[in-house]
Amino acid sequence: MDLQAIAFYTLATILLAAAALVVTARNPVHSVLFLILAFFSGAGLFVLLGAEFLAMLLIVVYVGAVAVLFLFVVMMLDVDFVSLRSGFAQYLPVGLVVSGVLLLEMILVSGAVAGSGAASKVKAVAPTGQSPPGMSNIEQIGRVLYTDYVYFFQAAGLVLLVAMIGAIVLTLRHKPGVRRQDIADQTARTRKTGLAIVKVVTGEGISE
Amino acid sequence: MSVGLPAYLAVAAALFTIGVFGIFVNRRNIIVVLMSIELILLAVNINLVSFSMFLHDVVGQIFAMFVLTVAAAEAAVGLAILVTFFRNRGDIAVDHANMMKG
Repeated sequence: MDLQAIAFYTLATILLAAAALVVTARNPVHSVLFLILAFFSGAGLFVLLGAEFLAMLLIVVYVGAVAVLFLFVVMMLDVDFVSLRSGFAQYLPVGLVVSGVLLLEMILVSGAVAGSGAASKVKAVAPTGQSPPGMSNIEQIGRVLYTDYVYFFQAAGLVLLVAMIGAIVLTLRHKPGVRRQDIADQTARTRKTGLAIVKVVTGEGISE
Repeated sequence: MSVGLPAYLAVAAALFTIGVFGIFVNRRNIIVVLMSIELILLAVNINLVSFSMFLHDVVGQIFAMFVLTVAAAEAAVGLAILVTFFRNRGDIAVDHANMMKG
């Protein structure tokens, strides 16, 4: 058993254990922390496969952005999480049955694919999972992504733009009673709307 | 590479199963459901990247990047909807969410 196999089995064990703890932890904050651990282990698996760029992307995007977003929301919402767990035991049997069937099906399909499908050609094509010599993983991705898949790349940017605008529109809130600057209103002010001449009666003053 | 493709596929399959299981058992807690969806998408990414590396075709990694993009967008919009829902109702018990019912 060489070092690579040891690393693979360690990372896979940590990944699966962390994933199991994500879905069973009582406290959602712990769930988020285990999610971060799971993504770190997944990034380790990617490095082991030779996909360094995606591993770094996983850490930057998931640990740096998505997990922190989850953590913000979990801590921001003042929710009684104990009551949300009340259905756990009730849904446990059906969840176990469905996921057991799913796992069985996927193992059967994986066996068939590894035996006779696309993956059976693996040994003929690639005895090693490393990039070809002289070209890094990032260079390989860049050569394909910015030529053949440039429109898909732009479309991914559009997806992110729409998601950003959507998230802002959904959560933007105008509190009543807070005065904001309205530039259109300011520049549309004329002498007629902004000025009033009042005859003040002596000794009484004016009230708004 | 001493560890073969079936081992990576098995890890991805187990991760996917854990994600589906999490959606079932945490039906009331929508935050954990969103985290389970992230786990499922990570399993998909592991499948894509391992096939990509073993078949020597970098397109699998490009597709994994797009999956990552969509997952990030989904998490952002999902959590924004959750925050709005919490502001309107004061809790996040989605099993009683019938405000949109006519």
